Amino acid sequence: MNDTIIIIYLGIIAGGILLSLIRMFLGPTAADRAVAVDTITTTIVALLVILAFVFNRYIYLDVSLVYGLLSFVGLCAIARFMEGGF
Amino acid sequence: MDFSLLWDYALLQDLWKGDSDMELVGVIVTGIGVVFLFLGNFGILRLPDVYNRIQAGTKCTTFGTFFTTIGIGIIQPEWFWKCLLIAMFVLVTNPISSHAIARASNKSGVSLCDRSVVDQTKEFEERKEA
Repeated sequence: MNDTIIIIYLGIIAGGILLSLIRMFLGPTAADRAVAVDTITTTIVALLVILAFVFNRYIYLDVSLVYGLLSFVGLCAIARFMEGGF
Repeated sequence: MDFSLLWDYALLQDLWKGDSDMELVGVIVTGIGVVFLFLGNFGILRLPDVYNRIQAGTKCTTFGTFFTTIGIGIIQPEWFWKCLLIAMFVLVTNPISSHAIARASNKSGVSLCDRSVVDQTKEFEERKEA
């Protein structure tokens, strides 16, 4: 995998995260911000897999898996809170 | 960054002379995933409503994460099963969390945008009351 290709891919992903970050600061309701954070975390799971390949570290895949698990649990807690549950 | 390298012929030759042909397949699959990730994040910024944003964000990022992870697994064949595990995990948990957040935003009273045509949950509530 060429270095140029890796830099282009990482740049595209960084631009996407920036767009979602604008929505997170701008969003009118709390649900907008929660959805933006969910999208950012799912994007970062893919970004960590690419970084594992770039730095050639197998352990980053575990980090990515745990990151996705924590994001899922956190978003379910936020949804439960917005619903008026607990 | 110099984007003229994108259509450079030497770069294509360099790719073809990689370790194997599977590496080129992995690069292309990863590129498809990265483009879909960008489109999902763009939809989050652009669409008018919470429910439309949930649709764009969840569908595109699930597809993009799946393809990016499988592409890296094709490039590095000894990591393939771990990458498949991450992809399957995202494929299972992402729709669940998006469904939970959509249900919560509907129950907490977030209204649809004014260009919406039909609201079937409201019709269902009215039919249940009648």
